Amino acid sequence: MFATLAAEAVSTVTTVTNDAAWFLENAWIIPLLPAISFALILFFGKRMPYKGAEIGITAVSVSFILAILTGVAWLDHRDHFELEKYGEEQAIAVSDGAASATDTVAYTARFVAAEAGEGGAHPYVAVQSSTQWLQSGGIEFNAGIMVDGLSVMMLFVVTFISLLVHVYSTDYVGGDRRYTHFFAFLSLFTASMLFFVLSDNILQMIVGWELVGVCSFALIGHWWEEKPNSDAALKAFLTNRVGDVGLLVGMITLFFAAGGGKTFDTIKINEAVVQGGVSHTALVVAAACLTAAVMSKSGQFILHTWLPDAMAGPTPVSALIHAATMVVAGIYMVARLYPVFWEGMQIEGSSINLLATVGAITVVGAGLLAFVQDDIKKVLAYSTVSQLGYMAMALGVGAWTAAVFHLFTHAFFKANLFLGSGSVAHAVHSFDMKKDMGGMRKFMPKTYVTFVIGSLALAGVFPLAGFWSKDEILVNTGGWDLLGGSGAAPGSYTFHFVMGMIGAALTAAYMTRCVYLTFHGEYRGGHAAHDDHGHDHEEDAAHGHHGEPHESGPRILYPLYILSAFSILIGFVNLPPGFLAGSKKDPAGWQERFLHFVEPAGSSYFPAVGHATPSWSLAIVASLVAVAGAGFAYYYYFIRLDRLSKQLGESLVAIPNGITTTNVFARAGHTLLVNKYYFDHLYTGIIAGFTKGPLARAANWINQNVIDGTVNKAGESAVQAGQLVYHKIDQAVVDGAVNLSGRVSDASGEELRAINSGKVQNYAALMFAGAAVLAGAFVILLAL
Amino acid sequence: MLLNQFLLLAAVLFCIGVYGVLVRKNGMLVLMSVELILNAVNINLVAFGTLTDDVGGAVFALFTIAVAAAEVGIGLAIVLLMYRNRRSIDLSEADLLKG
Amino acid sequence: MTGLLLAEFTTTEKWVVNSFWGVIAVVMVYAALRVVTTKNVVHAALWLVVVLAGVAVQFLFLGAEFVAVTQILVYIGAVIVLFLFGVMLTRASMGDDETVADEKRAMAAVVGVLLLAVMAFALVDSFDDVEITADGPQSVTTVSDSIFSQYIVPFEAVSVLLLAALIGAIVVARQD
Repeated sequence: MFATLAAEAVSTVTTVTNDAAWFLENAWIIPLLPAISFALILFFGKRMPYKGAEIGITAVSVSFILAILTGVAWLDHRDHFELEKYGEEQAIAVSDGAASATDTVAYTARFVAAEAGEGGAHPYVAVQSSTQWLQSGGIEFNAGIMVDGLSVMMLFVVTFISLLVHVYSTDYVGGDRRYTHFFAFLSLFTASMLFFVLSDNILQMIVGWELVGVCSFALIGHWWEEKPNSDAALKAFLTNRVGDVGLLVGMITLFFAAGGGKTFDTIKINEAVVQGGVSHTALVVAAACLTAAVMSKSGQFILHTWLPDAMAGPTPVSALIHAATMVVAGIYMVARLYPVFWEGMQIEGSSINLLATVGAITVVGAGLLAFVQDDIKKVLAYSTVSQLGYMAMALGVGAWTAAVFHLFTHAFFKANLFLGSGSVAHAVHSFDMKKDMGGMRKFMPKTYVTFVIGSLALAGVFPLAGFWSKDEILVNTGGWDLLGGSGAAPGSYTFHFVMGMIGAALTAAYMTRCVYLTFHGEYRGGHAAHDDHGHDHEEDAAHGHHGEPHESGPRILYPLYILSAFSILIGFVNLPPGFLAGSKKDPAGWQERFLHFVEPAGSSYFPAVGHATPSWSLAIVASLVAVAGAGFAYYYYFIRLDRLSKQLGESLVAIPNGITTTNVFARAGHTLLVNKYYFDHLYTGIIAGFTKGPLARAANWINQNVIDGTVNKAGESAVQAGQLVYHKIDQAVVDGAVNLSGRVSDASGEELRAINSGKVQNYAALMFAGAAVLAGAFVILLAL
Repeated sequence: MLLNQFLLLAAVLFCIGVYGVLVRKNGMLVLMSVELILNAVNINLVAFGTLTDDVGGAVFALFTIAVAAAEVGIGLAIVLLMYRNRRSIDLSEADLLKG
Repeated sequence: MTGLLLAEFTTTEKWVVNSFWGVIAVVMVYAALRVVTTKNVVHAALWLVVVLAGVAVQFLFLGAEFVAVTQILVYIGAVIVLFLFGVMLTRASMGDDETVADEKRAMAAVVGVLLLAVMAFALVDSFDDVEITADGPQSVTTVSDSIFSQYIVPFEAVSVLLLAALIGAIVVARQD
């Protein structure tokens, strides 16, 4: 089926260019267009009739079309390539008879020759075209692109979401004082992200990685006049720097360790690792350092704190950058350098490793955090963190395809949800679900429907997109054979499986809460107009927002419709065996198409990853778990709280401590939350303390805060304590890790003040004395 | 000639520089002391370069000179800014970080 | 001058070279001490010239004549002038200036001596009697070849650094 469609499209493509591979070799045009658009908007945007938006939209549209054509060319390429790899019979089986054998041989030979000509001895399934940038000290610096299933998929996702976000933004930030600037940075971001996903060497990856970070910084701080926004931008940037150190160290380690050393080429590094030519120690170091990079960029526990704050940026930015594309850069990087993790973390046959565990903790930790948020965007932000946790976990347990597939589906439904929340916020001029929303279903029925579709997809309800990808991750953890895992999974990660299940229940539950608070119940807004997304006042008056909120315009709604459609359908590109089997003419049908086209299985630069076949029992249990989570939240919010609020005749915000006083499960859940937070608190406290200085100070600080906190806990109800600690954590991380001087030194003991004289020279004296003593000790040790 | 002649001379210059950095209250004089430290390092670089017959030592000494020039530029800019804001370049008065 | 000095260096008897070196070294150490102890900022800058010139001579002894020339050009030519401008702009008094804090002298001296002791011990311990011979001056060609081939990346990095420092200095010091 897929292949028939592909063949159809390919023939169209080839008639245009005479050669579909042209698109694969010239994919560098795709990032180039938005880059040019950035420059154009910056210089001429203000003078254009639509203030530069049209340049951005045109560039991204063309990129999108090129990305689709590249994708189609890739499908063709991938089908042809099987022949060379596995021999004729099998090739025809997988390529669904779409190509005649002679064509295929000629086609493949061409690529093999091209690769060999560029010094590669192996026929790669990926199409790499690079050119030498400079050569120095015997090291080649290449600039080039690498097109394979993964990058083609990312090209599609980035350009697609970016295009929709561009259209959406013309309405959403319309009339903003830095409208042109906003579009310039959207273009630059798109260019950087495309550059990142196309890079064929780790040097380019680092450049792309930093570029998207800069764009994220600029866009989070778009309304920098308000202090919290610029603080959030700084926090995002600085937190990411922490992980960037890991990225640099990891990449440098790979540069020296892999392939006899001194190559930046991703494929060569991967190949060297797969062939076992790299020392295990180096791989462990590299994998651990790169995990730190993933933790910051992809918002994994414990460096996740910047992502919820990043919601200070405009909503389209949150959808594009902090949900669908940039934050998955970490996941993409792991997927790209997968052999390093596969070998370095010994994923196969194991049952625990760093990456998977970080992911698993993030799934549940962020899922819980999503419960205590009142800001709709923060619910979605923590949800994003949690879903990124799924991806990291999937990569950690060896489920490469499942992780990438989840990345793919998540991009659509999370962008859908973010844009939906933006649509609501646009109407009520606030993001606070408890204060300003409620009952929005009546005012915005269209947004409501799309938001519910997104929520269902996120919660993993059959047969929406999230169901297929989440299920695949759970199956491939290989945990718990009881549920019919067939054992072909790479390892047996029972703990991660359980965390994934809990995460599924949590996801369903917090999305139910979010939908209830936003769209059901009584409308609680209208009392105050928070002008917090940058509208001019005249325009607000024109909107007439003091009256009832109203449905958004078409430029906001159409992107939502499109994304909703994708949220429903996109899961079907990777159906597990057993669904929609193909016909005789088309044996593969829709089954595992994604796996076939995206995973470079059998290539010399990719490890032999196992795939578990999904089982009915697991799918049913996972669905039941999600439904149970949703059901619990539904019962509590839709039925109980609704009734309570009607009885008391009060808005639900005014009902005191509803959940913990009325429901024993809820109290247990909240106690769990509280305890988790104390752990977190202690942890960040120690880190901040050590960063600042001596242990005594850190101990003192923990003493004050934790004991204080415990006293508070005894005094107040669990909910309040939970909220309090939540605020403390986020603030502790901001103040502790970023602005650490203020809070930590305030809380520090008086006895250490003498050292802290504020005079640089005293610090220098201590530093030199310390260096002298250490060097002395070292010298004496060596001399003896 | 002994290698140690040069290295010990560099060490002496370095320590005098450190002393100057620690003891001077005038920002300009601290910068000058930093120059002493950098020059001591340069002597080491060139000495080892000559010892191993490697031109790298001299090359990196050149880089250090370039970096030192940049450092003086920035350092003086900071001192000027400090002077403009406080009418004094006395470092012992700059203790806003006092805990 | 260079050629003369190096001719001396290679042909003259060892003790002559060594005593010449010794004189220069003593002058340098004395000048360095004056830099960190004099109470007059302008004098300190002038003493610094002596030290920097001494360092240039040390480079000549080591056969790195290009570095020596650069040292004189950049340091004595540019950096010192920059310092004198700084002195002028900050209106430091031309005369004596009580800028040496008494209470910190002891501490700084302890730190300095401690460092010197550690370094001296380490140096004597590891390079007890290693001889160093400069066989003729390094040609500028060698240095430049090396910079523009093997060390091109650090070179580019330094150029970017200089640019950044230039912009940074303007941003920091401009009046607004």
